[in-house]
Amino acid sequence: MNSLYAELQWLPRAPQEFPEMLKAWSNSTGSLGCELQAMAMHALDLNQLTKLAKAMGKARSEGKSLNPLTPFRLAVLSNSTIDMMIPALVASAARHGIALEVIQPTYDQVAQEALTPDSEVNRSNPEAVLFALDYRALPLKLSLGDGEVSTATVQGAIGYLQALRNGIKSNSNAVCIFQTVAPPVETLFGSLDRALPGTLRSLIDGINRELAEFVSGSGDVLLDVAALAETVGLADWHNTRLWNMGKFSFSDEVIPLYADHVARTVGAIRGKSGKVLILDLDNTVWGGVIGDDGLEGIQVAQGDARGEAHLAVQRLALDLRQRGIVLAVSSKNTDEVARLPFEKHPEMLLRLEHIAVFQANWDDKVTNIQAIAEELSLGLDAMVFLDDNPVERGLVRKLLPQVAVPELPEEPAFYARTLAAGGYFEAVAFAAEDLKRAGFYQDNAKRAQLQKQVGGVDAYLASLDMTITFQPFDATGRARIVQLINKSNQFNLTTRRYTDPEVAAAENDPEVFTLQVRLADIFGDNGMISVVICRPAEAGVWEIDTWLMSCRVLGRKVEHMVLREILEHGRAAGIRKLAGAYLPTERNKLVVDHYAKLGFAKVGEEESGLTRWELLVEDAAPECAPMKIISRGFDAAEEITLP
Amino acid sequence: MDEPQIYARLAEVFKDVFDEDSIAVTPELSAKEVDGWDSLTHIRLILTVERAFKIKFSTSEIGKLENVGDLVALIKAQS
Repeated sequence: MNSLYAELQWLPRAPQEFPEMLKAWSNSTGSLGCELQAMAMHALDLNQLTKLAKAMGKARSEGKSLNPLTPFRLAVLSNSTIDMMIPALVASAARHGIALEVIQPTYDQVAQEALTPDSEVNRSNPEAVLFALDYRALPLKLSLGDGEVSTATVQGAIGYLQALRNGIKSNSNAVCIFQTVAPPVETLFGSLDRALPGTLRSLIDGINRELAEFVSGSGDVLLDVAALAETVGLADWHNTRLWNMGKFSFSDEVIPLYADHVARTVGAIRGKSGKVLILDLDNTVWGGVIGDDGLEGIQVAQGDARGEAHLAVQRLALDLRQRGIVLAVSSKNTDEVARLPFEKHPEMLLRLEHIAVFQANWDDKVTNIQAIAEELSLGLDAMVFLDDNPVERGLVRKLLPQVAVPELPEEPAFYARTLAAGGYFEAVAFAAEDLKRAGFYQDNAKRAQLQKQVGGVDAYLASLDMTITFQPFDATGRARIVQLINKSNQFNLTTRRYTDPEVAAAENDPEVFTLQVRLADIFGDNGMISVVICRPAEAGVWEIDTWLMSCRVLGRKVEHMVLREILEHGRAAGIRKLAGAYLPTERNKLVVDHYAKLGFAKVGEEESGLTRWELLVEDAAPECAPMKIISRGFDAAEEITLP
Repeated sequence: MDEPQIYARLAEVFKDVFDEDSIAVTPELSAKEVDGWDSLTHIRLILTVERAFKIKFSTSEIGKLENVGDLVALIKAQS
């Protein structure tokens, strides 16, 4: 079996003293969640994962907090024995910043659990349900050569899955995670199985295709187990002896890999995925050392084996940038020397225009990575750091445990594959904004420069020629709304995370006031940058349940304009008072004075740092910033455009 | 590999699987004397033994195991 995948080789090996570390953790008085995540960030085998999960269970039963891990309740419905897998899921989830609680109903009760309103799963109110089903769970009857019956069989299987989904949706409204089906190894005819309708292989092909389609249209989540099984090899994935012995769906050797994939999917649902790829240069982006070997000496050309390995890293970085991952550079070099290949080398794919923050100096990488995070206004846990040098990797892991640092093999040909295997940038949806995001951060750097030139802030804001657009939630914006709700940490008053169905519920509830806000300026369209949800409290009062904003547009008085918009709709709805709360987290100190700055009066403060605020609608007079306002899609059905 | 070596290695495996340092791995030891040695843990134990000794047991061999002595006999026969 390929050890990169089976042994999770993008993660460092667990130290010899792992069991002692675990014992020390159980008695630790520090931040248990952080230490736990750091321990889970190793390539743990099934026994080690089991031990980690056991220690977590013990800590929980003693009432200890696993903060800052995000709690998540996952129900797993399966036609196979998953008992051995559950501890692996719990431990792997910690690796991805999640304190996972698994609800595991009785063996092989998939349909009963999904369809019965008060089943164990539906009663437990899960945030997501994983349908861990393999081909044995589906009604697949061979119909060799009969296209019509084959189509009906595929439709029947999809219909069964849809019925399960509808059961969960109407009974507990959890996010449904569906798995593609790994085909068994054994063929009937041989290669013909793929082409002939009605063979197991072509039926499963059909199901996987249809499943992907229905999931992408429904706001559910797909876990591509078929691809995972093919990656490690179907013959290694399927272990018939284990199925016969204990009804295990696949080989125990791939449980850690499977569990990590479930965990990264849950992490992605909760916005834990990486947002920035920080690249080392010498021997990572190109072969050789630019300072020693010079422009002619570094290896980065097509036709040279070493050069092609590094070009593959560049190609992957560029493709990631295209899907919205921000690129940055951290290199121990003199700045001009480090920039030389980007400017002058004809074979380089990466150019300076692709790099949002370029840190080439002689400071240590820890300092540089912190500077990059600060410049981009993103948390350290959004950073992924790629470096060929094990010393640098070790140092960053030790001093900045929040930063993901893939372990790299000796052979550069496998750098790109290893980075991809780690799944650092896992996403469960793709919004049109993603395509532009990497550019936003670079435009911000330009805006900062412009600010230096024009002097005063107001003059600067006016020079940006901004247009702000307000709309209620709608289906078109929903993917991005869900993404913002689950990703925004800093400018987020309550950090309440909602799933796609929960957002849809708010969208369709006439009592709930929702806002999606877009901002454009001379540099381009920033896309959706703010989300607000107000829920009715007592008569005449709106409780601001959610108010978040992208840090890209900080300092533009967007929040003042958003308040104006809320007030306008509030007045129209007969609202007298807005009530807001600030729920402190480790990441949202930025907005501790948000309501004070907007003229709200503090009416309560709790020991946890939670503060409550109120604003009387008639007294409110928020500042107006120089921008064009477009308000559309609200009940009045009229477009208000102010100059 | 002689018997004492097999027992020493097995002791490591038991520690790893049961997360318990105090289990004395003797020929007479069986499932009912160890906390948490249920049918699932048994499978995890067998899989870990197979990996540690780089051997494979047949399904029927696994079914017949009564105690650690039986297990060691199987390991000896294969290594």
